[in-house]
Amino acid sequence: MTTESARSEPHPKNGIKLALAWLAVGVPLIWGVVMTLKKAMALFG
Amino acid sequence: MAGLLSRERTVAGPGFNRWLIPPCALATHLCIGQAYALSVFNLPLTRQLGVAKSIAGDWRLTDLGWIFTIAIFVLGASAALFGKWVQAVGPRKSGFTAALCWGVGFLIGALGIRSHQLWLVYLGYGVIGGCGLGIGYITPVSTLISWFPDRRGMSTGMAIMGFGGGALIASPLSDFLMRHFASPTSTGVVQTWVVLGIVYLVFMMGGAFGYRVPPESWRPAGWVPPPEKAKVLITQHNVTPGDAIRTPQFWLLWVVLCFNVTAGIGVLGQASAMIQEVFKDRITPSAAAGFVGLLSIFNMAGRFGWASFSDKIGRKPTYMVFFALGTALYALVPLTGKVGSVALFVACFCIILSMYGGGFATIPAYLADVFGTKYVSAVHGRLLTAWSAAGVLGPVLVNYIRQFQIDHGIPKNQAYNITMYIMAVLLVIAFFANLAVKPVADRYHEHAAPVGGPGDRRVPA
Repeated sequence: MTTESARSEPHPKNGIKLALAWLAVGVPLIWGVVMTLKKAMALFG
Repeated sequence: MAGLLSRERTVAGPGFNRWLIPPCALATHLCIGQAYALSVFNLPLTRQLGVAKSIAGDWRLTDLGWIFTIAIFVLGASAALFGKWVQAVGPRKSGFTAALCWGVGFLIGALGIRSHQLWLVYLGYGVIGGCGLGIGYITPVSTLISWFPDRRGMSTGMAIMGFGGGALIASPLSDFLMRHFASPTSTGVVQTWVVLGIVYLVFMMGGAFGYRVPPESWRPAGWVPPPEKAKVLITQHNVTPGDAIRTPQFWLLWVVLCFNVTAGIGVLGQASAMIQEVFKDRITPSAAAGFVGLLSIFNMAGRFGWASFSDKIGRKPTYMVFFALGTALYALVPLTGKVGSVALFVACFCIILSMYGGGFATIPAYLADVFGTKYVSAVHGRLLTAWSAAGVLGPVLVNYIRQFQIDHGIPKNQAYNITMYIMAVLLVIAFFANLAVKPVADRYHEHAAPVGGPGDRRVPA
């Protein structure tokens, strides 16, 4: 592994930041998908 | 402030995790993807003065339709115009600018609605917001490809998936906010636009300040650039945006994107009316709205799924699948109406819309393969003019041919058949355009050391 490539390895202190970043975009996206799926159920009702 | 936004300040330090970049890209795209949900404001905006119902002086739907048209036109134009600038200044400054344009565009639009000045809405949401759309759309592309040279399709697909997903969030959120702010004297649209403008501004700023670019010598662990072969469409060279538009490859890909989008966008705009007319008395308006929602989900999922798939089988074969399968499905649609199969009709369009999204999401990686990674945002920006053209061509084909058919006595449930066959023909043309894409001739390559070559500083000693 090169010095450069080592930079791509997850750093422990990035863990919380990473989780928060994905939660910030993931939660609204999942909420939007769930709301849309609920609406889509009318097609099969 | 200027220093804080500079490209140099965004170079990642040791230990930076590249998986922090996709959420930043998603933060941008989830916000600007609101554009696809703009129609949720159409009816309330037609009764801004009357509130309970439209009165004299209220805006007409045809006037309001121009807000979206202007925004999409400006998206393509600004992506083409500012692509080179976005590439030069880096993702933080361009992301910051996109956030400012998009947020302020909403606020100016809200002022236009409040004062009942439609030109101000056109200027705010359409022109200023449209610049936010164009700049925001191409901002993460180059950065993601730099961080994920081993997964170009997946990384850009993830970001562009956000553009599809943005509408899924904006539609119920806008609906909720309008109901919250509505009163006997207000439709709640003004307050909703103010809230959305502020929320999008903050969210996009978060994304902009989270962007990092990799150091010059960085590459993923264990990854080596694939060797350049005559028949493989992954170049290690770069083509400048100015030279790229002089190549036949650029225009072939322009046709590929334009016809793929034309086929999907026309259907997306008319999906609700189409399913109700094809299956008269069987599909209620709320079921039709469910159909539109389902298409949006497939549009979004296709962006990530197909773009990731393209990393496995290659970009050219992926578009081959889009156009071969798309042609077959469009040709099949009239039959599904004839046999009265709602399930088959829905399944056909879900797959078609997944490929519509997939076409958008795979194109940045295709461009990086053909023209190199160095100027990919700028080249992508220029190629997005194909989207503007398709934005006009698609709805025109669907709406006008349908009307022509009805005017000539064709029953409404069969009025889309010719359109479906025309879409199939467009996809056949796109198939051959894609087939004709070959590696760019050496004379267009920038006079510099190729990526991965002996003079490339990325290669570790």
